[in-house]
Amino acid sequence: MEALYAITTGILTASGVYLTLRGRTFPVVVGLTLLSYAVNLFLFSMGGLTTHGAALVGTNENYADPLPQALVLTAIVIGFAMTAFAIILAMRSRGDLGSDSVDGSRTDREDPRENKA
Amino acid sequence: MQHLPIFPVLLPLVVAIILLRKREGVDPVRRTISITATALLVAVGFWLVSQVAGGDTLVYRLGNWQAPYGIVLVADRLSAMMVLLTALLALGSVIHASGGEDNQGSNFHGLFHLQLMGINGAFLTGDLFNLFVFFEVLLLASYALLMHGGGKARVQSGLHYVVLNLAGSSLFLIALGVLYGTIGTLNMADMAERVSQLPADRQGLVRAGALLLLVVFGLKAAILPLYFWLPRAYSSAPAPIAALFSIMTKVGIYAIFRVFTLIFGEQAGGLAHLAQPWLWWGGLATLVMATLGVLSARDLRMQISYFMLISIGTLLCGLGMEGTASRGAMLFYMLHTSLINGGLFLLTDMIADQRGKVGTRIVRSRKFKYATLLSALYMIGAVSSAGLPPLSGALAKAWLMSTATLSEGLWLWPLLLLSGLAGVIAASRAGSTVFWRHNNGDPGGERLSRSKLAGTVVLLSAAPLLVILAGPIGGYTQATAEQITDTVQYRSAVLGNVTSVTPGASVDAD
Repeated sequence: MEALYAITTGILTASGVYLTLRGRTFPVVVGLTLLSYAVNLFLFSMGGLTTHGAALVGTNENYADPLPQALVLTAIVIGFAMTAFAIILAMRSRGDLGSDSVDGSRTDREDPRENKA
Repeated sequence: MQHLPIFPVLLPLVVAIILLRKREGVDPVRRTISITATALLVAVGFWLVSQVAGGDTLVYRLGNWQAPYGIVLVADRLSAMMVLLTALLALGSVIHASGGEDNQGSNFHGLFHLQLMGINGAFLTGDLFNLFVFFEVLLLASYALLMHGGGKARVQSGLHYVVLNLAGSSLFLIALGVLYGTIGTLNMADMAERVSQLPADRQGLVRAGALLLLVVFGLKAAILPLYFWLPRAYSSAPAPIAALFSIMTKVGIYAIFRVFTLIFGEQAGGLAHLAQPWLWWGGLATLVMATLGVLSARDLRMQISYFMLISIGTLLCGLGMEGTASRGAMLFYMLHTSLINGGLFLLTDMIADQRGKVGTRIVRSRKFKYATLLSALYMIGAVSSAGLPPLSGALAKAWLMSTATLSEGLWLWPLLLLSGLAGVIAASRAGSTVFWRHNNGDPGGERLSRSKLAGTVVLLSAAPLLVILAGPIGGYTQATAEQITDTVQYRSAVLGNVTSVTPGASVDAD
C-alpha cells in the first residue's frame, strides 16, 4: 500500500509542478489544485499509514494517528479558499489585461502546437 | 494579566468583524474605529513589552490544554517587540489610508485588521502548524489588500504574488509533514527537545524538512533567488498597504530567526546551525543584487522596494553571523528599517498626488506646492535608509558592522558600505529630479491631506527617535538576542520541566 500511495502522491506532484510552470492562468490554477491534493495526501500519511484502525486513542491496540487527520482538514479548507481566490483572480486578470497569459502580455508566445489546432 | 498574550490576536479579529459588516464606502465612524483600534493595539504592544522586558516568558495555553498537546501562544521579548513594531507601523499606515486611499475600494479597514491579526498571531504562536494557519490568514488578507482599488498593474503583480505564495504554502505543508513524521511533534519547544535526541538515521529527513522550511520562509522574506516578486508587488500596491507590507518580509525573517535558533540552534546536535551558511551567503548575494537594483530603478516606489531589499539582505547577514551581539544589532536594524521604509512608501504616495500624471516616475514634471516640505521628509527618509549619520540607519549599520568578526567583516563591510553609497547616489539623483527639475508655470497639485502627512510623520519620526532612545532600545534588543540564544528558558516556560517524553510516544502519553 505504501508504494501505491507514494506513487500516487508523486504523480500528482509532478503533474502539479508541470502545470504550474505553464504560461497560462488556467493550467496554473489546475496545477496548484493538483499540487494541493498531493500535499494533502502527503500530510495525511505523515503519521504513518494504518489500516483498520480508528483515530481514537485507547479503544484499540491499532489506532491511527489523529493529528494528521486534523491537520489535513485544516489544509483542505484553506486550500479550497485559496483555489477559489486564485480562480477569481485569474478571471479578473483575463478581463483586465485582455490575455490569459500569467505575464499579462497580449502578444504572448503561444505554443505552436496550439496554433495548429 | 493572564490573558494578555491573546489580546494582539483577538483585538484585530473583533474589530475586523465589526468593520466588515458594512461593505461599501467608508464613513468617518469606521475610520475612527479603525484608528482607535490600532492605537489600542499600540498600547497593548507597549503593555506586552513592559511585561516581558524583565526576562519573563508569558505562555498562553489555548483551551488550557497542556503544552505539547494543545496550541500555545508564547510572548517573549522578541515576540512582544515584533507585535509592538507591527502596531506602530499599522498606526502610521491606517492614519495615512484615512486620507482617501481607503475609499478606492471596499472593505479596506476590515481586511487591514484581519491582516494585523495574522501578523500578530504569527509572531506569538508557539506551534509550527499554527504558524502555517496564521501565515494563511495574513496572506489571504494581503492578496485582497494588494489589489485594493484595482488596476492593471495590481492585478498582474497580484497574480504572481498569489501563485508564488500558494506554491510556498504547499512547500510549507510538505516541510511540516516531513518534520512531524520524523520528530513526532509540531510544538516548537517540544521539537527543540526532541531534535537533540534524534537517531542518526532520521537526521537526513529532518535536515531536508528544515531546509524546505528555510525556502518557505525565504520566499516570504525575499532572500536572493526568491525575491523577484517583491519589487513589482510592493511598487504597485497602494501606499498604506506597501507600508504595512514592510513588516511582512520581517515575518519571514522572524520565522527563520525563531525556528533556526530554537529548534535547529545550538542544542540540535548534528543539525545545529543548519541554516547559518545559507543565510549568510544568501544575505550577501541579496545585498549585491539589491544594490544594483537601487541604482537601476526609474521609479520612486521601485527604488524604495529595492531599499527594502537592501535591508533584507542586511538582516539576513545579521542572522547568518556568529555571535549574539550581531543578533542584537540586527534586531535594532529591523526596528529602524521597517518604520523608515514604511514611511518612505507613504511619502511617495503624497509626492505622486502632487505630481499628477507623472506619478512617482523619476522624470521632469510640473511644479508643485509643498515641494519644500515633501523634499525635507524625503531627505530624512533617504538619509536614514541609506545609513548616513546622524539618523538611525547609520547607528544601526555601524553597530552591526562593529559586531562582525574579521572574516565576516571582510565581506560585510565593503558590501554594506557600497550598498549605502549606492543608496545615497540613487536617492540624491531621484530627489534632485523629482523636486528640482520641473517645467515652467505655476505650481499645481492637490491640497496636502492632513492625515496622509500625519501618518507619514509618525513613521519617519522613528529616524531621530531611534537615535535619541538608542540606549534603552539597544539594551532591549541586546537582551532579546541573549534570551533567544538561551533556548532552555523558552522550553522550560512552555513545557514546564525540561525532561523530554520519550520520542515516538507522543500520542498515547495523554
